[in-house]
Amino acid sequence: MPRSARSATLRDAIGLGVAVGLYGVAFGAAAVGAGLDPWQALTMSLLMFTGASQFALVGVLGAGGGALAAIGSALLLGTRNTVYGVRLAPMLAPRGRLRRAAAAHWVIDETTAMAVAAPDRELGRLAFWVTGATIYLGWNVTTLVGALGAGALGETAQAALDSVVPAAFLALLWPRLRRGAPEAGVQRRVALGGAVVALALTPFVPAGVQVVLAVVAVALAGRPRTREVTG
Amino acid sequence: MSAGTLWTVVLVGAAGCYLLKYAGLAVPAAWVQHPAVVRVVDFVPAALLAALVAVQAATSDGALVADGRLVGLAVAALALALRAPFIVVLLLAGGAGALVHVLAG
Repeated sequence: MPRSARSATLRDAIGLGVAVGLYGVAFGAAAVGAGLDPWQALTMSLLMFTGASQFALVGVLGAGGGALAAIGSALLLGTRNTVYGVRLAPMLAPRGRLRRAAAAHWVIDETTAMAVAAPDRELGRLAFWVTGATIYLGWNVTTLVGALGAGALGETAQAALDSVVPAAFLALLWPRLRRGAPEAGVQRRVALGGAVVALALTPFVPAGVQVVLAVVAVALAGRPRTREVTG
Repeated sequence: MSAGTLWTVVLVGAAGCYLLKYAGLAVPAAWVQHPAVVRVVDFVPAALLAALVAVQAATSDGALVADGRLVGLAVAALALALRAPFIVVLLLAGGAGALVHVLAG
Protein backbone atom coordinates (compact mmCIF):
# COMPACT_ATOMS: atom_id res chain seq x y z
CA MET A 1 0.00 0.00 0.00
CA PRO A 2 1.36 3.47 -0.82
CA ARG A 3 2.74 5.23 2.24
CA SER A 4 0.99 8.47 1.30
CA ALA A 5 -2.46 6.85 1.28
CA ARG A 6 -1.71 5.36 4.68
CA SER A 7 -0.55 8.62 6.22
CA ALA A 8 -3.46 10.51 4.66
CA THR A 9 -5.85 8.02 6.25
CA LEU A 10 -4.09 8.36 9.60
CA ARG A 11 -4.11 12.15 9.42
CA ASP A 12 -7.83 12.32 8.55
CA ALA A 13 -8.75 9.79 11.21
CA ILE A 14 -6.82 11.60 13.94
CA GLY A 15 -8.08 15.01 12.81
CA LEU A 16 -11.70 13.90 12.95
CA GLY A 17 -11.09 12.19 16.27
CA VAL A 18 -9.70 15.34 17.86
CA ALA A 19 -12.54 17.52 16.50
CA VAL A 20 -15.26 15.17 17.68
CA GLY A 21 -13.48 14.53 20.94
CA LEU A 22 -13.62 18.23 21.81
CA TYR A 23 -17.35 18.02 21.53
CA GLY A 24 -17.33 15.89 24.68
CA VAL A 25 -16.96 19.07 26.77
CA ALA A 26 -20.48 20.05 25.72
CA PHE A 27 -21.77 16.60 26.60
CA GLY A 28 -20.12 16.52 30.02
CA ALA A 29 -21.47 19.95 30.89
CA ALA A 30 -24.96 19.12 29.58
CA ALA A 31 -25.03 15.85 31.56
CA VAL A 32 -24.21 17.60 34.82
CA GLY A 33 -26.71 20.35 33.96
CA ALA A 34 -29.33 17.60 33.59
CA GLY A 35 -28.65 16.28 37.09
CA LEU A 36 -26.07 13.54 36.52
CA ASP A 37 -22.90 13.53 38.57
CA PRO A 38 -19.54 13.67 36.76
CA TRP A 39 -18.96 9.92 37.23
CA GLN A 40 -22.30 9.09 35.66
CA ALA A 41 -21.45 11.39 32.75
CA LEU A 42 -18.07 9.70 32.32
CA THR A 43 -19.62 6.23 32.61
CA MET A 44 -21.96 7.11 29.76
CA SER A 45 -19.06 8.17 27.53
CA LEU A 46 -17.07 5.05 28.46
CA LEU A 47 -19.87 2.51 28.14
CA MET A 48 -22.55 4.00 25.86
CA PHE A 49 -20.12 5.84 23.57
CA THR A 50 -22.52 7.06 20.92
CA GLY A 51 -22.95 10.82 21.01
CA ALA A 52 -26.49 11.33 19.76
CA SER A 53 -27.91 8.72 22.17
CA GLN A 54 -25.94 10.23 25.07
CA PHE A 55 -27.18 13.74 24.32
CA ALA A 56 -30.73 12.41 23.92
CA LEU A 57 -30.65 10.61 27.25
CA VAL A 58 -29.43 13.64 29.19
CA GLY A 59 -31.67 15.96 27.14
CA VAL A 60 -34.76 14.01 28.17
CA LEU A 61 -33.62 13.83 31.82
CA GLY A 62 -32.82 17.55 31.78
CA ALA A 63 -36.33 18.32 30.54
CA GLY A 64 -37.68 16.42 33.56
CA GLY A 65 -38.39 13.20 31.66
CA GLY A 66 -38.66 9.76 33.20
CA ALA A 67 -36.32 6.80 33.01
CA LEU A 68 -38.17 4.95 30.25
CA ALA A 69 -38.43 7.97 27.95
CA ALA A 70 -34.73 8.72 28.48
CA ILE A 71 -33.63 5.16 27.74
CA GLY A 72 -36.14 4.84 24.88
CA SER A 73 -34.86 7.90 23.03
CA ALA A 74 -31.24 6.72 23.45
CA LEU A 75 -32.07 3.26 22.10
CA LEU A 76 -34.07 4.58 19.14
CA LEU A 77 -31.11 6.72 18.11
CA GLY A 78 -28.81 3.75 18.71
CA THR A 79 -30.54 1.59 16.09
CA ARG A 80 -28.55 3.19 13.29
CA ASN A 81 -25.36 1.71 14.76
CA THR A 82 -26.83 -1.74 14.08
CA VAL A 83 -27.05 -0.92 10.39
CA TYR A 84 -23.52 0.49 10.44
CA GLY A 85 -22.33 -2.78 11.96
CA VAL A 86 -23.90 -4.76 9.14
CA ARG A 87 -22.05 -2.57 6.63
CA LEU A 88 -18.74 -2.82 8.47
CA ALA A 89 -18.84 -6.53 9.32
CA PRO A 90 -17.36 -7.76 6.00
CA MET A 91 -14.59 -5.14 6.15
CA LEU A 92 -13.65 -5.59 9.79
CA ALA A 93 -14.24 -9.35 9.83
CA PRO A 94 -13.26 -9.43 13.50
CA ARG A 95 -11.85 -12.84 14.37
CA GLY A 96 -13.01 -14.27 17.66
CA ARG A 97 -15.59 -13.07 20.14
CA LEU A 98 -13.30 -10.71 22.01
CA ARG A 99 -12.24 -8.76 18.91
CA ARG A 100 -15.82 -8.61 17.71
CA ALA A 101 -16.99 -7.38 21.10
CA ALA A 102 -14.26 -4.70 21.08
CA ALA A 103 -14.96 -3.63 17.49
CA ALA A 104 -18.70 -3.36 18.21
CA HIS A 105 -18.11 -0.75 20.90
CA TRP A 106 -16.57 1.63 18.36
CA VAL A 107 -19.24 1.26 15.65
CA ILE A 108 -20.52 4.86 15.50
CA ASP A 109 -21.24 7.55 12.89
CA GLU A 110 -17.66 8.77 12.55
CA THR A 111 -15.81 5.45 12.47
CA THR A 112 -18.29 4.13 9.90
CA ALA A 113 -17.95 7.22 7.72
CA MET A 114 -14.14 7.05 7.81
CA ALA A 115 -13.97 3.30 7.19
CA VAL A 116 -16.45 3.37 4.30
CA ALA A 117 -14.70 6.35 2.68
CA ALA A 118 -11.27 4.67 2.73
CA PRO A 119 -9.95 3.59 -0.68
CA ASP A 120 -9.51 -0.09 0.19
CA ARG A 121 -10.32 -2.68 2.83
CA GLU A 122 -7.02 -2.53 4.67
CA LEU A 123 -7.10 1.28 4.91
CA GLY A 124 -10.76 1.04 5.89
CA ARG A 125 -9.83 -1.15 8.82
CA LEU A 126 -7.01 1.20 9.77
CA ALA A 127 -9.35 4.20 9.55
CA PHE A 128 -11.91 2.42 11.74
CA TRP A 129 -9.50 1.56 14.53
CA VAL A 130 -7.56 4.84 14.51
CA THR A 131 -10.69 7.01 14.36
CA GLY A 132 -12.29 4.87 17.07
CA ALA A 133 -9.26 5.09 19.37
CA THR A 134 -8.81 8.85 18.91
CA ILE A 135 -12.47 9.64 19.45
CA TYR A 136 -12.78 7.26 22.40
CA LEU A 137 -9.84 8.87 24.16
CA GLY A 138 -10.81 12.45 23.33
CA TRP A 139 -14.51 12.00 24.02
CA ASN A 140 -13.93 10.54 27.48
CA VAL A 141 -11.28 13.01 28.58
CA THR A 142 -13.34 16.00 27.43
CA THR A 143 -16.53 14.57 28.94
CA LEU A 144 -14.80 14.57 32.32
CA VAL A 145 -13.47 18.11 31.75
CA GLY A 146 -16.96 19.36 30.83
CA ALA A 147 -18.61 17.51 33.71
CA LEU A 148 -16.17 18.78 36.33
CA GLY A 149 -16.21 22.30 34.85
CA ALA A 150 -19.99 22.54 34.75
CA GLY A 151 -20.22 22.83 38.52
CA ALA A 152 -18.28 26.09 38.35
CA LEU A 153 -20.59 27.70 35.80
CA GLY A 154 -22.28 30.98 36.70
CA GLU A 155 -25.72 32.02 35.51
CA THR A 156 -24.52 33.48 32.21
CA ALA A 157 -22.43 30.40 31.43
CA GLN A 158 -25.47 28.29 32.24
CA ALA A 159 -27.49 30.31 29.70
CA ALA A 160 -24.73 29.68 27.18
CA LEU A 161 -24.88 25.95 27.88
CA ASP A 162 -28.68 25.97 27.48
CA SER A 163 -28.11 27.29 23.94
CA VAL A 164 -25.31 24.85 23.19
CA VAL A 165 -27.47 21.75 23.72
CA PRO A 166 -30.10 22.42 20.99
CA ALA A 167 -27.28 23.61 18.72
CA ALA A 168 -25.51 20.30 19.33
CA PHE A 169 -28.59 18.36 18.23
CA LEU A 170 -28.91 20.59 15.17
CA ALA A 171 -25.26 19.96 14.30
CA LEU A 172 -25.87 16.20 14.53
CA LEU A 173 -28.98 16.52 12.35
CA TRP A 174 -27.58 18.91 9.75
CA PRO A 175 -25.53 16.52 7.57
CA ARG A 176 -28.70 14.50 6.88
CA LEU A 177 -30.59 17.55 5.62
CA ARG A 178 -27.83 19.18 3.62
CA ARG A 179 -28.24 19.37 -0.14
CA GLY A 180 -26.53 16.38 -1.69
CA ALA A 181 -27.27 14.05 1.23
CA PRO A 182 -29.18 10.91 0.21
CA GLU A 183 -32.89 11.77 -0.05
CA ALA A 184 -32.28 15.13 1.65
CA GLY A 185 -35.79 16.31 0.77
CA VAL A 186 -37.40 13.32 2.48
CA GLN A 187 -35.09 13.72 5.49
CA ARG A 188 -36.18 17.37 5.78
CA ARG A 189 -39.84 16.38 5.65
CA VAL A 190 -39.35 13.75 8.36
CA ALA A 191 -37.31 16.18 10.50
CA LEU A 192 -39.96 18.90 10.24
CA GLY A 193 -42.63 16.33 11.08
CA GLY A 194 -40.67 15.16 14.12
CA ALA A 195 -40.24 18.71 15.41
CA VAL A 196 -43.92 19.56 14.90
CA VAL A 197 -45.12 16.36 16.61
CA ALA A 198 -42.80 16.95 19.57
CA LEU A 199 -43.84 20.58 20.04
CA ALA A 200 -47.55 19.79 19.63
CA LEU A 201 -47.39 17.02 22.24
CA THR A 202 -45.24 18.94 24.74
CA PRO A 203 -48.11 20.40 26.83
CA PHE A 204 -49.94 17.06 27.02
CA VAL A 205 -47.45 14.27 27.72
CA PRO A 206 -44.82 13.72 30.45
CA ALA A 207 -41.47 15.33 29.62
CA GLY A 208 -39.38 13.33 27.17
CA VAL A 209 -42.25 11.19 25.92
CA GLN A 210 -42.90 13.62 23.06
CA VAL A 211 -39.37 12.97 21.79
CA VAL A 212 -39.93 9.22 21.62
CA LEU A 213 -43.38 9.67 20.05
CA ALA A 214 -41.89 11.98 17.39
CA VAL A 215 -40.60 8.79 15.79
CA VAL A 216 -44.06 8.46 14.11
CA ALA A 217 -42.83 11.16 11.70
CA VAL A 218 -40.80 8.41 10.03
CA ALA A 219 -44.09 7.47 8.33
CA LEU A 220 -43.65 10.65 6.25
CA ALA A 221 -40.73 8.93 4.50
CA GLY A 222 -43.12 6.64 2.67
CA ARG A 223 -42.21 3.36 1.05
CA PRO A 224 -38.67 2.52 0.04
CA ARG A 225 -37.78 3.43 -3.52
CA THR A 226 -36.77 0.43 -5.54
CA ARG A 227 -33.05 0.66 -5.23
CA GLU A 228 -30.35 -1.14 -7.08
CA VAL A 229 -28.71 -3.95 -5.15
CA THR A 230 -25.23 -2.99 -4.01
CA GLY A 231 -23.05 -5.77 -2.70
CA MET B 1 -34.66 11.17 40.33
CA SER B 2 -32.52 9.37 42.93
CA ALA B 3 -28.84 8.59 42.33
CA GLY B 4 -29.71 4.90 42.20
CA THR B 5 -32.31 5.46 39.49
CA LEU B 6 -29.89 7.65 37.53
CA TRP B 7 -27.24 4.92 37.66
CA THR B 8 -29.83 2.41 36.46
CA VAL B 9 -30.80 4.67 33.54
CA VAL B 10 -27.13 5.20 32.64
CA LEU B 11 -26.21 1.50 32.81
CA VAL B 12 -29.35 0.09 31.17
CA GLY B 13 -29.11 2.70 28.40
CA ALA B 14 -25.43 1.93 27.85
CA ALA B 15 -26.03 -1.85 27.79
CA GLY B 16 -28.88 -1.43 25.30
CA CYS B 17 -26.86 0.84 23.01
CA TYR B 18 -23.93 -1.61 23.12
CA LEU B 19 -26.16 -4.56 22.24
CA LEU B 20 -27.55 -2.61 19.26
CA LYS B 21 -23.97 -2.08 18.01
CA TYR B 22 -22.99 -5.68 18.66
CA ALA B 23 -26.06 -7.00 16.86
CA GLY B 24 -24.90 -5.31 13.66
CA LEU B 25 -21.64 -7.27 13.65
CA ALA B 26 -23.17 -10.51 14.92
CA VAL B 27 -26.57 -11.13 13.33
CA PRO B 28 -26.97 -12.38 9.76
CA ALA B 29 -27.05 -9.32 7.48
CA ALA B 30 -30.34 -10.43 5.91
CA TRP B 31 -32.17 -9.82 9.19
CA VAL B 32 -31.27 -6.16 9.22
CA GLN B 33 -31.15 -5.48 5.49
CA HIS B 34 -34.87 -5.86 4.85
CA PRO B 35 -35.77 -2.72 2.83
CA ALA B 36 -38.51 -1.64 5.23
CA VAL B 37 -36.18 -1.96 8.24
CA VAL B 38 -33.41 -0.04 6.50
CA ARG B 39 -35.92 2.63 5.52
CA VAL B 40 -37.13 3.16 9.08
CA VAL B 41 -33.60 3.16 10.53
CA ASP B 42 -32.50 5.69 7.87
CA PHE B 43 -35.12 8.17 9.00
CA VAL B 44 -35.37 7.63 12.76
CA PRO B 45 -32.43 9.97 13.51
CA ALA B 46 -33.97 12.84 11.51
CA ALA B 47 -37.30 12.58 13.38
CA LEU B 48 -35.72 12.21 16.81
CA LEU B 49 -32.92 14.76 16.46
CA ALA B 50 -35.37 17.35 15.10
CA ALA B 51 -37.72 16.62 18.01
CA LEU B 52 -34.81 17.11 20.43
CA VAL B 53 -33.80 20.38 18.72
CA ALA B 54 -37.37 21.66 19.05
CA VAL B 55 -37.89 20.52 22.64
CA GLN B 56 -34.50 21.75 23.86
CA ALA B 57 -34.73 25.10 22.09
CA ALA B 58 -38.37 26.06 22.50
CA THR B 59 -39.93 24.39 25.54
CA SER B 60 -39.52 24.64 29.28
CA ASP B 61 -41.50 22.73 31.93
CA GLY B 62 -44.09 21.49 29.46
CA ALA B 63 -44.80 24.86 27.82
CA LEU B 64 -43.61 26.52 24.62
CA VAL B 65 -41.08 29.24 25.45
CA ALA B 66 -39.11 31.68 23.28
CA ASP B 67 -35.83 32.86 24.81
CA GLY B 68 -32.12 33.15 24.08
CA ARG B 69 -31.96 29.48 23.09
CA LEU B 70 -33.88 30.24 19.88
CA VAL B 71 -31.39 33.00 19.06
CA GLY B 72 -28.55 30.55 19.71
CA LEU B 73 -30.23 28.01 17.45
CA ALA B 74 -30.61 30.54 14.63
CA VAL B 75 -26.93 31.45 14.93
CA ALA B 76 -26.03 27.74 14.90
CA ALA B 77 -28.11 27.16 11.76
CA LEU B 78 -26.38 30.06 10.03
CA ALA B 79 -22.96 28.76 11.05
CA LEU B 80 -23.82 25.26 9.84
CA ALA B 81 -25.06 26.65 6.51
CA LEU B 82 -21.68 28.36 6.17
CA ARG B 83 -20.01 25.00 6.87
CA ALA B 84 -18.41 26.06 10.13
CA PRO B 85 -16.80 23.23 12.12
CA PHE B 86 -18.79 21.61 14.95
CA ILE B 87 -16.92 23.28 17.73
CA VAL B 88 -17.31 26.76 16.19
CA VAL B 89 -21.06 26.17 15.82
CA LEU B 90 -21.35 25.29 19.49
CA LEU B 91 -19.24 28.24 20.64
CA LEU B 92 -21.26 30.71 18.54
CA ALA B 93 -24.57 29.29 19.77
CA GLY B 94 -23.38 29.46 23.37
CA GLY B 95 -22.11 32.99 22.90
CA ALA B 96 -25.43 34.11 21.42
CA GLY B 97 -27.40 32.52 24.27
CA ALA B 98 -25.17 34.16 26.86
CA LEU B 99 -25.43 37.54 25.12
CA VAL B 100 -29.24 37.41 25.13
CA HIS B 101 -29.15 36.44 28.81
CA VAL B 102 -26.94 39.43 29.65
CA LEU B 103 -28.96 41.89 27.52
CA ALA B 104 -32.31 40.64 28.80
CA GLY B 105 -31.02 40.16 32.35
